[in-house]
Amino acid sequence: MELLIRNGFVYDPINGVNGEKMDIAVKDGKIVEKVNERRAKKIDATGMTIMPGGIDIHSHIAGGKVNAGRLLRPEDHFKDVEPKTAVTRSGVGYSIPSTFTTGYRYARMGWTTVMDPAMPPLEAKHTHEELSDTPIIDKASYPLLGDWWFVLEYLRDGKIEECARHVAWMIKATKGYAIKLVNPGGLEAWGFGRNVESIDDPVPYFGITPREIIRGLCKVNKLLNLPHTIHVHTNNLGKPGNYVTAIETMRCVEDLAEDGKPAIHITHCQFCAFKGDDWRTFESGAEEIANYVNAHSHVTMDMGQVIFTDTTTMTADGPFQYTLHMLSGNKWTNHDVETETSAGIVPFHYRRKSYVHATQWSIGLELALLIKDPWKILMTTDHPNGGPFIAYPRIVAWLMSRKAREATLKRINPKARSRSLLPSIDRELDFYEIAIVTRAGQAKALGLKNKGHLGVGADADIAIYNFNPETMDPSKKYKAVRRAFKRAAYTIKSGHVVVKDGEVLKHIDGATMWVDVQLREPCEIEVNENMKRRFKEYWTVEFENYPVSEDYLAVSHPIPVKADV
Amino acid sequence: MNVNLYPLKEFKLPIVAECINPDIFQGKSLKEIEALKIWEGNKQKRLGELFKVEAVETSFEAPVITIHGNVSRVRRIGVGMKSGEIVVKGDAGMHLGEEMRGGKITVYGNVLGWAGSMMKGGTIEIYGNAGDYLGAPYRGSTEGMKGGKIIVHGNVGREAGAHMRKGIIKIYGSAGQFAGFRMKGGTIYVQKDCESRAGACMVDGTIVVGGHIESVMPTFTIEGLRKRVKIEEGEIVEAPFYLFIGDLTENGHGRLFIAKEPNPHLSHYEKFL
Repeated sequence: MELLIRNGFVYDPINGVNGEKMDIAVKDGKIVEKVNERRAKKIDATGMTIMPGGIDIHSHIAGGKVNAGRLLRPEDHFKDVEPKTAVTRSGVGYSIPSTFTTGYRYARMGWTTVMDPAMPPLEAKHTHEELSDTPIIDKASYPLLGDWWFVLEYLRDGKIEECARHVAWMIKATKGYAIKLVNPGGLEAWGFGRNVESIDDPVPYFGITPREIIRGLCKVNKLLNLPHTIHVHTNNLGKPGNYVTAIETMRCVEDLAEDGKPAIHITHCQFCAFKGDDWRTFESGAEEIANYVNAHSHVTMDMGQVIFTDTTTMTADGPFQYTLHMLSGNKWTNHDVETETSAGIVPFHYRRKSYVHATQWSIGLELALLIKDPWKILMTTDHPNGGPFIAYPRIVAWLMSRKAREATLKRINPKARSRSLLPSIDRELDFYEIAIVTRAGQAKALGLKNKGHLGVGADADIAIYNFNPETMDPSKKYKAVRRAFKRAAYTIKSGHVVVKDGEVLKHIDGATMWVDVQLREPCEIEVNENMKRRFKEYWTVEFENYPVSEDYLAVSHPIPVKADV
Repeated sequence: MNVNLYPLKEFKLPIVAECINPDIFQGKSLKEIEALKIWEGNKQKRLGELFKVEAVETSFEAPVITIHGNVSRVRRIGVGMKSGEIVVKGDAGMHLGEEMRGGKITVYGNVLGWAGSMMKGGTIEIYGNAGDYLGAPYRGSTEGMKGGKIIVHGNVGREAGAHMRKGIIKIYGSAGQFAGFRMKGGTIYVQKDCESRAGACMVDGTIVVGGHIESVMPTFTIEGLRKRVKIEEGEIVEAPFYLFIGDLTENGHGRLFIAKEPNPHLSHYEKFL
């Protein structure tokens, strides 16, 4: 099938295209130089904004934890029901939408690739079942390896290469994409009802510190040449004063970065940019974090923006979720995933009138605006922890318009307003920078070669928004920006027009990407013998039932990577 | 303009009729009202296909909607209504007057579960019985009734007024188990009998039981004897009541009044006074 998109204003930062009027040709799901003008289906994008399909580096959309959240919160779905249409299936929202609704809602906003950031290896099959059921969008998942017993043991013994081989096997076995660390060491400590207080606090029984885990896995990541860096949810997340921990975490891998490439991704940074000694003296640490990030090139991060709404917090950070439950008094679930990780879920309502919540809202935007290089700070809400992903249009408006920020500032807690840095920030992102924080930067950070840009050979994932950047000023017409991003004029996924005017036209399956790490010497047997013995001792599942085979994925898209071990 | 609605058939499938709401009817012509969307099972239909709609011109500002007949399969009547009046001459279905903010709903029959769920204002009066979860939020939610008044002349099911924060529920019949479960404020008056576990996990608010109660939860402590209890302005029950405070497992200070005469089995509490 051929497609020709004409006359739109194209924003393609990876190829340096900034709002130029040009045509885009699509053939067989890829972007090509040109197509047969007579045969191709034409889309008139005159007066519209064209960007690559949106990418979300961190969004909890599938897996045991998300599903437990769905079960925990019937009231979340009650008010947000989507009836079926001729092409779509019925489903429910809101903060933890059903799999089909997740796919449709992302597509409606022009997002085409989403990463599920926390897959306990034991729940890998469940996660992949749900990802396979999520239509339209491409997706991938990061296995949680920061508290995995084997990793802890290898790192304690200083066996980096063995650890790398083991991680390679794990990524293959779980069909994962990147190494995820959540509160490294803290989750293992949580198994003993404890937590770690800083990155130099030893993990009980293992005697290894979070610093060693982060550094070790960072080295492993480099040995395996994985496309993404290590994806780190820092220690002490959600505690006042934790900006120090976040900076320490970034600093501890400074020397491991090579030729200006990022070595670490700090995720949902808003939640680890808190200053103060307790909740009463709580304030924003965004400036300190931004100063560090502006001076260093080995870090990428995402926002984890807070939205004022009723949402569901869910992380693998069991101890943090326990703290949140005690703080809010809301219902909760908590889970210790055998030898691997933990998880917790607490419903949460971010309120404008709460000083802490309003400050959190401010921190997310401060980070995005104070960090000068948009390639380093990506837009997320850490769905659903900061708010559901359907709020992205509002964040885009806040980033693009000082007026939009002021409108919200007027309505928040007065103490939070008077302490917020936002009134002193004049910066307004333009469409080029928005394309970076929502697409190009995300693709670059993830190492996705064929996504996040519109160059020849890229996947034909394209979003077209009904906003004319020539006649309308996004900083004044921020409501129009919000409307445009809420309902994409067109979303094109792999060359198919899947959404028109915010309505899903076509149901297609998205691919599940995973990294196929090719080691120099195959070493499966050694790993397996060791593992089989341990499985008998510790696990509740048989080793044979553990790995996810490739035919388990509905549409498998392996990304081959040559490792250095 | 007042509107009369007559069901055109005996409904077999559940019907979701959020459009039966005076705020929505206001200012609409008969044709427009007939064209309002309504769900019958999984099919979307027009109001006029399921109900005969009859308009009566009046001088009143806010419309009165009268439903003649049994609509116990019709859910979500008057959801979120702010003004006007709905009269149901027959039984009504689930979620009647959910999140209602003002106006009045009168039912001359029975209603099913979740009547007045998450209500914020206005009045619901039910002359028959009410189902479970009267004024209680939807499953999983803790956002209970925040205002308004519910009067039931018959009996009610379980968990009446769960998570209630403000407002008043008056039940002139009996109540099922867990009346005022996790209550945080407001008043529940049960004139007749009440099944056990009234006020379980309550933190604040008042529950008055005028009839027999099987037992008082062991997590309540007796505070004293009262000669009368004021239900609301103009309604005082003149009879001796035991006053219990609880639920102590939640550090609660909710007040549970139990009439003394119908409950001789509670007399052993008196020795702690």
